[in-house]
This record gives sequence, C-alpha cells and structure tokens, in this order.
Amino acid sequence: MTHLKTGALAFAAALLMSGSAFAQTRALSYNADFDPTPLAAFQALIADFEAENPDIKVTLNNFDHEGYKTAIRNFLTADSPDLANWYAGNRMAPFVNSGQFLDVSDVWTDNGLGDQLASAKASMTIDGKQWGVPYTYYQWGIYYNKDVYKAAGVEVPTTWDGFIENCAKFQAAGIDCLTTGSKALWPIAGIFDYLNMRTNGYEFHMDLTAGKVAWTDDKVKATFAEWAKVVPYTTENHAAIDWQDAAALLVQGKAANYVMGNFAVATFKEGGMTNDSLGFMVFPEITAGLPRAEEAPTDTIHIPAGAKNVDDAKKFLAFVARADVQTKLNAALGQLPTNKGATVDAADPFISAGFESLSGAYALAQFFDRDAPAEMAKAGMEGFQEFMVKPDRLDAILERLEKARGNIYK
Amino acid sequence: MSSYWKRNQLRIAPWLFLAPGAAMFLVYVIIPIFQSLSISFYDWDGLGEAVYIGTENYVELIDDDAFYTSLKNNVIWLLLYLLAVPLGLFLAIFLNQTVRGIRIYKSLFFFPFVVSQVVVGLMFSWFYAPNFGLLYKLIELVTGNGIAILAEEDYVTYGIIVAGLWPQIAYVMILYITGLNNIAPDQVEAARLDGAKGLKMLWYVILPQLRPATFIAVVVTVIGALRSFDLVSIMTDGGPYGSSRVLSFYMYEQALSEYGFRMGYGAAIAVVLFAIMMVFISGFIWKMWRDETER
Repeated sequence: MTHLKTGALAFAAALLMSGSAFAQTRALSYNADFDPTPLAAFQALIADFEAENPDIKVTLNNFDHEGYKTAIRNFLTADSPDLANWYAGNRMAPFVNSGQFLDVSDVWTDNGLGDQLASAKASMTIDGKQWGVPYTYYQWGIYYNKDVYKAAGVEVPTTWDGFIENCAKFQAAGIDCLTTGSKALWPIAGIFDYLNMRTNGYEFHMDLTAGKVAWTDDKVKATFAEWAKVVPYTTENHAAIDWQDAAALLVQGKAANYVMGNFAVATFKEGGMTNDSLGFMVFPEITAGLPRAEEAPTDTIHIPAGAKNVDDAKKFLAFVARADVQTKLNAALGQLPTNKGATVDAADPFISAGFESLSGAYALAQFFDRDAPAEMAKAGMEGFQEFMVKPDRLDAILERLEKARGNIYK
Repeated sequence: MSSYWKRNQLRIAPWLFLAPGAAMFLVYVIIPIFQSLSISFYDWDGLGEAVYIGTENYVELIDDDAFYTSLKNNVIWLLLYLLAVPLGLFLAIFLNQTVRGIRIYKSLFFFPFVVSQVVVGLMFSWFYAPNFGLLYKLIELVTGNGIAILAEEDYVTYGIIVAGLWPQIAYVMILYITGLNNIAPDQVEAARLDGAKGLKMLWYVILPQLRPATFIAVVVTVIGALRSFDLVSIMTDGGPYGSSRVLSFYMYEQALSEYGFRMGYGAAIAVVLFAIMMVFISGFIWKMWRDETER
C-alpha cells in the first residue's frame, strides 16, 4: 500500500513537472480511428509537426475503428476535439449539414490546395465550400493469384468478356474465379461500383448514388446482367464469411481474383504471398470506349464546430496537406498521397500501379457507402448480397431499392 | 417536527426505503418509455433538428418488408426458445440423482450459462462456418455438399436460436434443480404407496410442486427470446441480407448502427417491441398479483 502511495505521489509530481515544462504551449486535441500501422505513421507525423511548431502540443485520442463511427456523433456534440478523422463524399454530409464541421475553405485558398489536391477537391466540397483536408486515398481493383493463373493456363484479361471466359477455365480446375466475403456487406459494393461504372460510366453511377436515377432503370438492369455472368463463378457461401476469410482463399490458391482495396495487400502478404505471386489489375473494360473511372476512398481530417483551438487546427490541416508530409506519411501507410506534388515508392508494385491507375483515371468515385447516403447504402448492399445468392429475385430487389429511394431522397 | 415523525413513522418509512429504487426506476425506465414514444413521432438523425412528422414512422413501418421479417423471426424465437423449459426440466431430473461426482456433472452442464453470450455466438459461428466448421464438415461428409447455415436465409434464424438455447437450457436446468431440492419427500412417498410412478408421478406429483420454478423459467425464457440481440449481432449482423433480423436488432440498426441514425424510426420499432413485451409482462404481473392475493 505504501508503495502504491509513493508511486502515485511520484506520478503526480511528474505530471506537475511536465505541466510546468509545457506551460507556454497550446494544446490541440485530435480524435482518430487508426489501426496499428497508421497509428505509428501518424505518431511520426505529429512528432514532425510538433518539431516544426514547438509551441503546439498535439494530443491524439485513438478510438477503435468501428466504434469511432458511433463515437464521433457523441463527441462532436458533447466534448469536441480540435481535429477529427472522417471520410470524404456524402459520408460527411450529415455533419456538414448539421453544422458540426467547420468550413475550412480558407485553408484551401491560403495554401493553394485547390491545385495541389485537385483530384480530391470535388469529394471535399459541399455547397461550394471545403470542409476538411484529405491525407490519403487508395485504389481499388482486382487482386489476383499469379500462380493460379499459371496453373490454369490463362492470361490476365483486358476485357470483361475475357475475364468471364477465364472463369470457365478456373471452374474446370476447381478454383473460384472470383472470391469475396459479404458478411459485412461492403466488399460486394466494390464489385457493383465497378460493374456500374464500366457498364454505364461515371456520370450515371454518380446520378444513381445521388438518387437521380431510378433503380428500375434499364441501365441498372444492364449492370446486373453483367454481374449475373460472374455470379456462378463466385465463392459459394460468401454471405457467411468476412473479407479476411475470402483473402485466405486467394492466398491458398482456392480462388483466382478478388475485387478489393489496396489495404488488403498487407493481409495477402501476411498470408505468405509476395510481389511474385500477387498481381493487381485495373477492373477490365465492359462497355468499349467509356472513359475509365476508378474507386479511391479518401480519408480526411476535419475541424469540429466546437473546436477550442481553431487557428492551430488549421495550421495542422495545412501541414497534413503539404506534399513532403504526404509523401512521408503515405510511404508509412502504404497508400497513395492526395497531393499531386507528392511522390510514391516506385519499388512497391501495388502502390505504383495504383498511382498510375488513379492519375490516369477520368474521375474518382469514393465508394458506394460514401457516395450514397447511409440508408441507401445499407439497403443497396443488402440488395446486392441477395442478388448474389438469389439472382432470380432481381426484379423484386430493384423494386425494393426503388421504394427505398423514394423514401430516402426527399 | 419530531412529533410529526413519531406519529407518522410507520406510514412514511416504507416510502423512504422505496424512494431510491423508485427514483432509479423512474429515471431509467418510466421516463425513457415516454421519451421513446415521443421521439417516434419525429424525424431525427440524432444531430440536427428533430422534425415532427406525426405517425409517418408508423405508416412506413407497416409498409416495411424488413419489419415483417423481424417480426416473423421474433415469433420463431419465442416459440422455439420455450423449448428450453422442457429440455431444462429433463436435464434437471436427469441430474437429480446421487452418484459419485454428481456436483461436477451439474457444474459442467451449467457451464454454458456462465460463458458470455459473445463467446457462445463466436463458438457457434465457427461451428457453422463454411469450409472448416465442424457441422459444415459433418453435413458435407453425410450429404456430399456442405451447408453454411449462417448464409442460408431459410436456416439462419434456427441456427442462431440453437446457439441461444444452449445457455438458456442450462439456466432453466439450474432453476429446476433448486426446485427439485424443495420437493416434499412425504408427498412422493405417499404417491409411491398409492402406486404412482414414472410419467404419472412426474405429471401429478412433481410438476405441481415445481410450479414456481416453471413460472420463473417461462418468464426469463420469454424475455430472453424477445431481447435476443447479442447473438444476432455477433453471428450474422442480421444477414444474409437482413433475413435473421429480430425487432431489437432492427431497432438498433435503424437508430444506432453505422448506416442508421434514424432515431424516430428506431423509436417507433422500440414502441412496437414494447407493446409486444407489455402483453407478456401484464400477463406475468397479473398472475403474480393473483397468487399474492389468494394467500
């Protein structure tokens, strides 16, 4: 007991001393939802920021990734930090519309971000103003097992028809052509986004997620017709497994292709794949001649309306947006910088392929659950899952989604 | 002052003792019920302005397929969950014997109830899991084609209920074991002299004496079935495509999950669930009231 007491005393004394040592500094609190790797990358970034601004002390409160999505609604209204992580696109609309995020357009104009972050500007803009700063994004595409391709004796396809032809050969070899795990629903939204963007183009896809087009439109049906071609070759029971379980199938050579985001590369490599066995391809062309749009979900930092230290928070946003900072940060994250002046690691084939894919893209979509409002995203993804299990129910599913559209976009 | 206290001590004291509990009950149960009721008439995302929309949430609910799926699943839960009562009774009678080490067997049978629901859910989802799950492999061995229970809309609810029954049976069993300890031995003796045995003994002599235990077992099982949330959330998250939802989970999904935040709609579901529970709760209270006053 006495030990405890002296320990507590020493701790309190240390606290007091550190308090006096930083008496002149201004505090900046930052709520985030980092997994271990990004957390380390951000701790390095914060150290750099503090080295440049010795009078500012950043306190990072890290939340569990899933729990953060609920927690943010509480802390924005109750105990607001000076900075908070969130996502671009429609996902930030509820907070922008309810006045929970600050307009940071001045950070953009003062630092020339409109030009440097041009690719992400549209997704950060609501009502002509910018509401945060993007620090990273990553490409989606098809990851494939090169060994399985070799064993089945097929070439990497360039068109969707070629992809489907390959599928028959994979099936003959007892391999799932396409794998996915839809227990958490979102992985299959990536498949839909690509099929729709490749079949009908970027503008149609954006109109659909914005609720301007009917789900019963013939063009939507055309997308599902393309999807129906690959459903028989997709991993059975995908509804019962998580995306990591499906990644294991690809690693074990039981599946050939996986529509995924670049964050999955770490999982594939943990499973034992290397740059020699893991391949990446841009989602193949379906309707010839359509300009190629890609998925690039963007992660962002915002200033809550209740922030106490807005000036320093803006300084932090400007710092995070800088080209050299984004280069270093994204090298550690293993993702792509949003600043066009930043550079990527040429030795990483997936990063360079992604950089090439996104910089050559006609337009970037965020992701189904960020482009569409939350309720529509949920209803849509459930519909996709049901379609993949029971393709013959397509008409009923589309009717239901159309009904949901009528309720949601008012 | 003190003379007032002396005169009325007997009348006031019970209320003083009741006050803390009553205050808690008021703040955490009664008031929230009315708050839910009032929120259910609003369109509110939890952040912005709440807009009064009258009964629109209920109108939407009547036309909502997902609501009927949840309602249907709730009924299935309720009916099948009650199996825990006879099964628990069977186990209790089975274990109500004196052999060496019976206490160990009893505690082993009770074990599932001690384990957290989260762990039960995880264990069963691995048991059902495609490709490596034990049950999946067994079905594959027998029929040549594995069935992923949790991916099939027709089986998924039953799969979760089985997982829920496992700890519930253990709970009911414990209730009955304590009940069996209190059986009057002279009545059993007398019945035996009159030639009663087996099922007749059980039905006419043992079960009537177990009535209090049965009552509690039914109450906890019905309530357990109606608030079956954790297992659904852990094992399937309501999937595949919403076919294993129950009302409590649907309410959570609409009001509090990642894609939800329709507080008004969630509250409307909560009100419906409350109405259903109220039917049972009134029944139970009525029975208790009757038992109390008969004495």
